[in-house]
Amino acid sequence: MSDWALIIYCGLITFLTRFLMIALLKKEMFNDRIREVLSYVPSAIFPAIIFPAIFLDNNGLIHLENNPKILAAIIAMGVGIFSRNILATIFSGLASYWFLIFVV
Amino acid sequence: MNSNFKIFLKGIIDVSPLMIPVVPFGLIFGILAIDIGFTPLATMGMSLIIFGGASQIVLLQLFSGGASSLVIISSVGAVNSRHLLYGAVVSEHVSDLKLFWKIIISYFLIDQAFARSNEYFKKSNDKNKYFHLIGGGVTCWVIWQTTTFLGIILGSAIPEKLGLSFAVPLTFLALLVNDFRKMINLIVIIISGLVATFGYNYIPYKAYVIVAAFAGLFTAMILTKIIKKYE
Repeated sequence: MSDWALIIYCGLITFLTRFLMIALLKKEMFNDRIREVLSYVPSAIFPAIIFPAIFLDNNGLIHLENNPKILAAIIAMGVGIFSRNILATIFSGLASYWFLIFVV
Repeated sequence: MNSNFKIFLKGIIDVSPLMIPVVPFGLIFGILAIDIGFTPLATMGMSLIIFGGASQIVLLQLFSGGASSLVIISSVGAVNSRHLLYGAVVSEHVSDLKLFWKIIISYFLIDQAFARSNEYFKKSNDKNKYFHLIGGGVTCWVIWQTTTFLGIILGSAIPEKLGLSFAVPLTFLALLVNDFRKMINLIVIIISGLVATFGYNYIPYKAYVIVAAFAGLFTAMILTKIIKKYE
């Protein structure tokens, strides 16, 4: 398969996953119970991206010792909980990560 | 000022704090793609046609590891399966729109715009509230294309040692700041995170994202039901 064909197929499948539910679901299909469960979608999905990026190394192995990302993420989470500020969360995480790898 | 434009602007403003980490992410993508051997044109093509950071990084990772096209395409599908859930959440608010707008909204249905617009949709009764998502999506689109382009040009001028890829999980962490305080959300977060971490190597085709998401949603379903019983 050529690079361009691969890119177009990946683009198509990305678009379809975004489009499918929007095209198929109708307003009448929703009730309070479904709405309630769907309100947990961000909490259910984002950790699946966050945790492996923090706890796994480049080879996909669990990496707990001397892993500055864990402490940096905990600091970012603490700042996030108290400040409820998105920017403060991201910057405190990056700053503590850099502090841990360059200074400590 | 036209009210649709106002909603569009609000979308831009609401999403902008989340755009700062997109800058290093886009740069990293551009740098990596060239490094792996894609032409500058194909690299731009990926950002324009796919327009999804996680999908594009997965494509690069698997491509450089010599995976077959079928594995690459199905993995991109698996990583993207979270959009099915975003679509399910958003569809309620856009179900009366014409097909044309549904296509436009789908193209712009990215993590950051979804997270911010989902909060807005819950509060607003305006029938044109979908302009909020388009505002957020367009903002990210412009930044994503620009930083991809800069990444292609800058190439290896940015040291890998900076660990800028760490900005990616931090962005997603920041999207959850309001959820850490709630007990059910916290349990769902931990379950999903553990399933993803331990399933990463064992669940084929990078499907760990959606398996973890369903484990989390299933937990939410049970916990909300139990709490109702005792109320």
